Amino acid sequence: MPVGTSWGRWPRYEQRIVPLTNRFEPLPLAGPMLAFGNGRSYGDVCLNEGGTLLATRGLDRFIRFDAASGILECEAGVLLSEIIALTLPHGWFPPVTPGTALVSVGGAVANDVHGKNHHRAGTFGHHLLGFELQRSSGELLHCSPNQHADWFRATVGGLGLTGLIGAARMQLRRVPGPWIAGDSQRFGSLQEFFDLAVQSDTDYEYTVAWLDCAASGDKLGRGVFMRGNHVQHDAPPPRERSLRFPVTPPISPVTGLSVRLFNELYFHRPGSQQKHALWHYKPFLYPLDSVLEWNRLYGPRGFFQYQCVLPPGEAAAALPEMLRLIARSRQGSFLVVLKQFGNLPSLGLLSFPRPGVTLALDFPNRGPPTLQLLEMLDTITRAAGGAVYPAKDARMSARSFQQYFPAWKQFEDYIDPKFSSSFWRRVTRSS
Amino acid sequence: MRRILIVGATSAIAEASARLFASRGDALFLVGRGESRLQAIAEDLKVRGAALAETFVLDARAMDRFPALVQNATQRLGGLDAALIAHGTLSDQAACQRSVELLREEFDINAISVMALCTLLAQQFETEGRGVIAVISSVAGDRGRQSNYVYGSAKAAVTAFTSGLRQRLYPKGVRVLTIKPGFVSTPMTAAFKKGVLWATPAKVAADIVRAMDRRSSVIYTPWFWRPIMWVIRSVPETVFRRLRL
Repeated sequence: MPVGTSWGRWPRYEQRIVPLTNRFEPLPLAGPMLAFGNGRSYGDVCLNEGGTLLATRGLDRFIRFDAASGILECEAGVLLSEIIALTLPHGWFPPVTPGTALVSVGGAVANDVHGKNHHRAGTFGHHLLGFELQRSSGELLHCSPNQHADWFRATVGGLGLTGLIGAARMQLRRVPGPWIAGDSQRFGSLQEFFDLAVQSDTDYEYTVAWLDCAASGDKLGRGVFMRGNHVQHDAPPPRERSLRFPVTPPISPVTGLSVRLFNELYFHRPGSQQKHALWHYKPFLYPLDSVLEWNRLYGPRGFFQYQCVLPPGEAAAALPEMLRLIARSRQGSFLVVLKQFGNLPSLGLLSFPRPGVTLALDFPNRGPPTLQLLEMLDTITRAAGGAVYPAKDARMSARSFQQYFPAWKQFEDYIDPKFSSSFWRRVTRSS
Repeated sequence: MRRILIVGATSAIAEASARLFASRGDALFLVGRGESRLQAIAEDLKVRGAALAETFVLDARAMDRFPALVQNATQRLGGLDAALIAHGTLSDQAACQRSVELLREEFDINAISVMALCTLLAQQFETEGRGVIAVISSVAGDRGRQSNYVYGSAKAAVTAFTSGLRQRLYPKGVRVLTIKPGFVSTPMTAAFKKGVLWATPAKVAADIVRAMDRRSSVIYTPWFWRPIMWVIRSVPETVFRRLRL
């Protein structure tokens, strides 16, 4: 992926790209600027139409790693996959990781990412011991939960707008090795999902469910629930196979029919019902990382991901409403994830995770019909008092954003005057 | 553990090579121009497993300091087993056509300083009867082209020099490796759309480390540059002079 394109491959903008290779150098005299890490956010939080992108992948140096305490300090362009390669042999693992290990540390901070262990570990920000924030004024702030605590709260989940995150320090978690043991089981309804989530949250580090978004009628809400824990197991890691999606097909093969067929097969495959499963961490935590550039699957127009969180009291009613809408539209895709968040309050002013159920799914970009469907989903999310995840978004209205993130006004005081993003201009323009 | 001197240690290829050395626990002596950057790289290499990562700030044009550099490296690492010479600039061809001053400076950096270092290292390794000198030249040195013949001819000098040095030192048990990379994507080219000919610094570094282990003589990296350059060298001058390469 060239620098300057986000994971959803839409929208596409002209931007000036300034590669950074030395975190001790002052920021370039440009504006408006925005850091761009590894391009794994889906929409326009990492884009800056008509402005400058500071490409941070050249800031990929480790600073310190203490194998006794599990404290790691590194530059912001280091990827979680690179951290794992360094620290797993010493028995340490990122405390929180999203569904791809190919995100940069700076991106993980700026989006305050979460993972399959949110119910236990909270978000990435909960494990941050500190970071360096470089402001366009030339000021360098060392932020931590105790030092410049207000800047810490603004920058965690702050979408890269408070300045350049140059380096970060975090507490890793102990693991016995690369293996994860657990089970997977089919569920026939959302109620069964909620029951499984409640049962599993105390005993399992990771819980997540795949949902069949094409199912309707009495199959509505069916899916596969997976859970697991890091375990001690002596076996050589499986052979690495990585494929690259070689071309962008002119028309996306993701259609209503192919999705229904895939989902039917996926739901019924033997792997969906395993009493004792043992996974290497890669296929369990990062099932898509072995297919490079899989986002090309959605064709030249790219795709949207919609990820919302619905508060506990509202989810049971709002979720089926959403699923009926999606199934009727026949626009959904295979990649549908359902996860029960825990109750640990997020630290960032603009952090997305909050108690409730989060639903994430892809939609091929079919233009106005897709945008209309997503707006209808937003209507449900707004009514339920939920929120949509900025890191995944390319289209939510200013009105929606401002309702989902009421702290945005307070956050504005912390934005670096030389920093901006396409996302921020979109969701704060007065309607 | 091997003790390796790396000159031009802040270059993308050298840094990627140093990470591979570090991951096997080698002791490294890093020479470069930018102090803060050099320091950041040294810290990183220590985290990645380097037994030592010493730094030495030097501009390649300060050739009078080269003896001190080699002596320093030898002392601080407790001896030297190999050297990777990776410094250089990508000359501005058009500017060099207008300025003899600039032309000479480019040659100082890309050719003379490299040969000077090789000469000092050769003296040391020759008396010890062992050692590896790996030098980054370029495919551009295989034939002068109108678009970058100043850079190309400096690299051609390096290629010819290391070829002779290799012959001279072979009976003494010292190996000289000439490395010819093609197009390498660096942070500076991150925004370009790249064709199939572009390689990452990590890929080039893997080739370099393997060649140093195998005590090879000349490598093209990636490998396909060898047949490509064979073709380019084979074009008769009567034809070549009409091309716009």
